[in-house]
Amino acid sequence: MPSIGRDDVARLADLARIQLTEEETARFAGEFDSIMDAVASVSEVATEDVPATSHPIAMTNVLREDVVETTLTQEQALAGAPEAQDGRFAVPQILGEE
Amino acid sequence: MSASTTTSDIIRRSAAAQAAALEAGEVSSEELTRAHFGRIAAVDGDLNAFLHLNQDEALTTARDVDARRAAGEELPALAGVPIAVKDVVVTEGQPTTAGSKILQGWIPPYDATLVTALRKAGLPILGKTNMDEFAMGSSTESSAYGPTRNPWDRDRIPGGSGGGSAAAVGSYEAPLAIGTDTGGSIRQPGAVTGTVGVKPTYGSVSRYGLIAMASSLDQAGPVTRTVEDSALLHELIAGHDPHDSTSLPDPVGDFTAAARSKDVKGLRIGVIEELESEGFAPEVRARFTESLDQLERAGAEIVRVACPNFTYALGAYYLIMPSEASSNLAKFDGMRFGLRVIPEDHPTAENVMKATRGAGFGDEVKRRILLGTYALSAGYYDAYYGSAQKVRTLVQRDFTAAFSTVDVLASPTSPTVAFRLGEKVDDPMAMYMNDIATIPANLAGTPGISVPSGLAEDGLPAGIQFLAPARADERLYRVGGALEALLEDSWGGPLLAKAPELTNGAQR
Repeated sequence: MPSIGRDDVARLADLARIQLTEEETARFAGEFDSIMDAVASVSEVATEDVPATSHPIAMTNVLREDVVETTLTQEQALAGAPEAQDGRFAVPQILGEE
Repeated sequence: MSASTTTSDIIRRSAAAQAAALEAGEVSSEELTRAHFGRIAAVDGDLNAFLHLNQDEALTTARDVDARRAAGEELPALAGVPIAVKDVVVTEGQPTTAGSKILQGWIPPYDATLVTALRKAGLPILGKTNMDEFAMGSSTESSAYGPTRNPWDRDRIPGGSGGGSAAAVGSYEAPLAIGTDTGGSIRQPGAVTGTVGVKPTYGSVSRYGLIAMASSLDQAGPVTRTVEDSALLHELIAGHDPHDSTSLPDPVGDFTAAARSKDVKGLRIGVIEELESEGFAPEVRARFTESLDQLERAGAEIVRVACPNFTYALGAYYLIMPSEASSNLAKFDGMRFGLRVIPEDHPTAENVMKATRGAGFGDEVKRRILLGTYALSAGYYDAYYGSAQKVRTLVQRDFTAAFSTVDVLASPTSPTVAFRLGEKVDDPMAMYMNDIATIPANLAGTPGISVPSGLAEDGLPAGIQFLAPARADERLYRVGGALEALLEDSWGGPLLAKAPELTNGAQR
């Protein structure tokens, strides 16, 4: 199994959109190796003939009648927003990013 | 109320007995609810079981129930009995934080389906209980609002992630509580606080309105002081919910009758070989063996059962859970609700997300999101996530094979009694090992109950876990209720009666 170094943790943090301090990056890198060593045993028994289970109790095609139901009002939906404007969520600049 | 009985006596009774006192006019719901708030004021300063109290609304509910009872209305079984709700369950108009800074101050605009059921049945909601952040942990130490302490010894953990719910019930702050169990977060806190905790069959209690950690594993359930109380609460919150596409359409069983039957004659109990020996503290195992002896004398048959793939369950869980969590927690991005942190340099949406998540999440949440991101990333997906999903199949097969020969399975709930605060906080794998006995049920969707099995090391409680096939939750109540009665006969009363008396600061 490849070792998980600081650069790997920094890349994962970037993918997960989490800003880490240098101290956190170093600490997680040390911990991840031991955690992944401990959990890697799953591949010992996960042979090709074993099907994967994604859900404990299989259910298919769970549908409801296509009828209009009560939803949150615009005011309720915006009530917990950090910033709202003109009945919409106000978000930071999203255009012009690299 | 008679002169010889006070509300402080009544709050130490089971929820069923409190309901009976309400029905008999011995006490009003308002008096009972006020008494619980009084108890919280007296002991929660040190325990930190509650993150938010809901006094005005709870008393309004209580008075409404009293008025309806006075008018002769027939009320649901637990009407007027107060309850505490884990802070991962959304409550309209009341703060919900999931133990995280990223949701500090958030007021949900709707109720979880199970909360709707509690309100409809007239249970005053005392408040929201402390928990590991986003239910990630086994000790309630990862809460952004400080740890909860164990009522038996305030230098120890109350279990996790539902340590607040278990501590509230164990310290007589609440007769009932709601927990959620993703890898054992109802059962393990139950074991280390001397309370009863039930993880229902996956899908039998709606997850609508639960802030998701790992959607294929999370399940809400009861935290109580007796098996009968869990049965009553389970019946109240279970049932089909069209808002949850994983909600089972099955009718709700008569769990209360099963809990009251106290009959285990002919019941075949399988002792899981892989969860009985290595890593389990000797006194925890001793209480487990004594419990099985009691059941055998009462007519149950005890057999040993092999579940060889349970050895791999912990590894599979710690791949699947963070993978699902990394996806579920993507919504906490500072855009539509919760915390927003704006960095000074280049405050673009992406940088705001990074700064918000960096400041809003604690260590354990960051650790698991990054692990999940790794396990799902290109090149590793098959080796980790894909393999873990196959182990899930193997664990299910172990359960199926075992339940073809026995009615229920048994193991100690947790390998040890409550450990000391801070003892495992710097060692994630040591912390994760606490869930070794509870995790298989989450992977397979099967139900489980933890019942107090007695006092082990340092006079602290231990628990015994019973597991049943999916949709056969009644069996848990049958065996759990019987064992509880047998043990209480031998102890001369409930285990919680042996806990030290609490007052703020007195025990430290």
